[in-house]
Amino acid sequence: MTSQPQWRQKFTQKAQHVSAIVQSVADYEQAARYAVTRCPAHENAKLAAPGLPETLQFLVADHCRQNAIAWIDQNLRAYPEGFAVGLTMADYGIADTGTLVIGSRDENLRLATMLCDIHIAVLPVSCICEKAEDIADQLSAWMQTGGDYTAFITGASRTADIERVLAIGVHGPLELHILLLEDV
Amino acid sequence: MQPESGSLRDYRQQISAALNDQFLRQAMDNFAVAYRGSRQTVFEGLDPDAMAEAIADMKDRSLGRLDALFDQFKQRAESNGITVHWAKDADQANQIIADIAAQNKARRIIKSKSMTAEETLLNHFLEARDLEVTETDLGEWIVQLRHEGPSHMVMPAIHLSRYQVGELFSSVTGQGRFGEDIDQMVKVARRELRKKFLQADMGISGANFAIADTATIGLVTNEGNARLVTTLPPVHVALIGLEKLVPTLDDALRILKILPRNATGQFITSYVTWITGPAPCAIGPDGNKQMHVVFLDNGRMAVARDPEFRDALRCVRCGACANVCPVYRMVGGHRFGHIYIGAIGLLLTCFYHGEARARQLLKNCINCGACKAVCAAGIDLPRLIKSAHRRVIAKKSHPLKNQALSLMLKNRRLFHGMLRSARIAQQPVKATDGFLRHLPHFLLPEHQFRALPAIADAPFRDIWKKRPARRPAQPVCRVALFAGCVQDFVYPEQLEAAARVLTECNVAVDFPDDQSCCGLPLEMMGERAAAQAVAGQNVGAIDPDAYDYIVTLCASCASHLTHGYPRLIESKRAERFIAKVMPFSRFMADVIDVPARRFEPGAIDTTWHAPCHLCRGLGIRQAPETLIKRTGANYLPAVEAETCCGFGGSYSVDFPLISAHILNKKMADFQQTGADRVVTECPGCILQLRGGFKNAGIDMPVMHLAELLDEHWKPKGGTR
Repeated sequence: MTSQPQWRQKFTQKAQHVSAIVQSVADYEQAARYAVTRCPAHENAKLAAPGLPETLQFLVADHCRQNAIAWIDQNLRAYPEGFAVGLTMADYGIADTGTLVIGSRDENLRLATMLCDIHIAVLPVSCICEKAEDIADQLSAWMQTGGDYTAFITGASRTADIERVLAIGVHGPLELHILLLEDV
Repeated sequence: MQPESGSLRDYRQQISAALNDQFLRQAMDNFAVAYRGSRQTVFEGLDPDAMAEAIADMKDRSLGRLDALFDQFKQRAESNGITVHWAKDADQANQIIADIAAQNKARRIIKSKSMTAEETLLNHFLEARDLEVTETDLGEWIVQLRHEGPSHMVMPAIHLSRYQVGELFSSVTGQGRFGEDIDQMVKVARRELRKKFLQADMGISGANFAIADTATIGLVTNEGNARLVTTLPPVHVALIGLEKLVPTLDDALRILKILPRNATGQFITSYVTWITGPAPCAIGPDGNKQMHVVFLDNGRMAVARDPEFRDALRCVRCGACANVCPVYRMVGGHRFGHIYIGAIGLLLTCFYHGEARARQLLKNCINCGACKAVCAAGIDLPRLIKSAHRRVIAKKSHPLKNQALSLMLKNRRLFHGMLRSARIAQQPVKATDGFLRHLPHFLLPEHQFRALPAIADAPFRDIWKKRPARRPAQPVCRVALFAGCVQDFVYPEQLEAAARVLTECNVAVDFPDDQSCCGLPLEMMGERAAAQAVAGQNVGAIDPDAYDYIVTLCASCASHLTHGYPRLIESKRAERFIAKVMPFSRFMADVIDVPARRFEPGAIDTTWHAPCHLCRGLGIRQAPETLIKRTGANYLPAVEAETCCGFGGSYSVDFPLISAHILNKKMADFQQTGADRVVTECPGCILQLRGGFKNAGIDMPVMHLAELLDEHWKPKGGTR
């Protein structure tokens, strides 16, 4: 799969359509800075960041230290009150619907995307495809092994169950931020 | 929910209460209009009919080998360490799940939305065994707290206002008032339910897909609760109807492309979760989740083997059949199904919850075809509902009114003789304007919503015998007119107008005298044998080889002759007959292609009512508009031109209150266009609309397309 520029444009437009915030970042440094800046500066604020590439993890840890923010990448269950920010990688973006695909076998990764107020996902632009069908083979390959938990995430958690009025942020994140990573 | 055995009268009373619920009426109405718009947006650039057809194909293949798909899923899942169960009925499914809870000493259970669990009344079963069950989908939680069932498959609490929800939440949380603040209510749910998630010993979900190939389940949700239900507790049980089995991920993705678009007008839901499992779980045994999949039969295998009803199992539970149903729009889900609601709900009630509960419900289909047109899996819902109704009444003695109608319609001379006697009988109540001054005594007071037309002084068949149309020397084609009863005996002037216009177009017109009612009313009432007899009468009456076309001015007749007859009568002659049937508008626009210069333009503001059986039944949408414009009229389209008028033949006799409410909506919609007249192409719609306007004292002429063409026809020296 070679990602096309028009898919990136469509991805952005579709994700914004469901109130996701889409931001371009040049490198891991910018991504780390972005995530830590979104974490409010009070002592209970925690940033969950499991399963990151080593470089990014190092940068996040560093920024958190400088800003006196607790960052957590293990045993997320121990924090039932949740996290101000959950920072994760995304495996694919689907342009057709503005969807993130996150292979979430790791329970900590799953919890980081569920128990946070703001979910920030880093998506390498080269991983944007046009349609879900385009990555069906890859997803099927993941599903060949037991234990798989694959998440399609499109925008923040939402409901329209009361009078069909849209309300964002029910059981999942209140906001979804997508950082399009130009270069690894 | 419907009682085990209620009478039509009881059911009408429930309906009457629903119709008086002002909030419900407004909510349903807003939804019907908003849904139409958002659905159109999300399907832009796609071909929903082709997508539905592909799903129908895939589902049909899967339904033919459900056992094999189940075996494949089970084998694969078990090799991953998941326990797979087969439950033959609702009780067994509930017992299996209660046993799993007992084995794990689970007391607190959280659930994400599952219609299948609603079907088995799982919550009641578990609660009766002292387990605490909490629904975590906001809408489901609300209806659970109110001790009622969902009123829509996708939006369970659509029948409730924010004030009702606010009061409910105040009493549950012991907190102050919420007023109008929906965001605040959602936050309360987030906070209250977060506690439940964290304490839960076991999670129960449904599934939208069960992929046999990899033993993966797929969950399509917006709120994110299903993710928490399947992640936080150490035990996960998925309860899944067997028909959710699909062969591969590709098949599931194909359904996913249409499901959210059709359900809520979303491109995709916030979350789609694919669980192959058992996924890691820090507090689970061996650090993994304990996972069970319970497949529910509960009558599905029997339906899958039944060629008449198998298509019903194609359903992907998008709920669109309710979204577009004019009856659902008036009465809401609690009066339009038992647990499953909407058109598919009428059927599933019959299959899963017993024919006794479905008996009255099955009558409440107006046969407008809106559900069929929107179905994500191409299910011919109105036909299946009629079949189910037929099957239910076949097991008991047929209602007296059905027996009488069957007897009468099977014998054309008897039927037409009775119509002639009725003409004489009505004389004392007949007014000069062609309406009856008061209604026949056998009708209920609720039937007063529309004035009824008088039977014409002479039926078209008598007029024609005296003055048949002049035969052109060299006709462009030969046409047999099929009249149908309403036009023949109530509105013969519409047929006269058509005959004049056709003759002007150099068409040789015949009216074969032995034709009778098309038989649709009999089908609607579930009287198959009589419907077959009447179909035979008509196919015998009109020799298909003697004509190029069999033209009818009644959209319902046209649709029944085209789509109903192939199922009623099998013969070569019938096939040739059916192939020649054509509605008037298509004949005039496509065969004759009558040019604008034949009309004396009168720039009158004109709107169009698209009869259900014309626009959806036969797919004719362009021809009438083309013809109206060619007459020089100002065409002012109505927003709800394609919404049913509420007539539905015998439907408006069985459910007069619903029919009246649908009609009122339609009249208001036409008035909004600012048009001075309504044109349509079905005598049933004309009867309904004229009667409604007349009763409301509104001066709005309603005319047949044939009358419009005839009225504007340019006079040619002495030919008319």
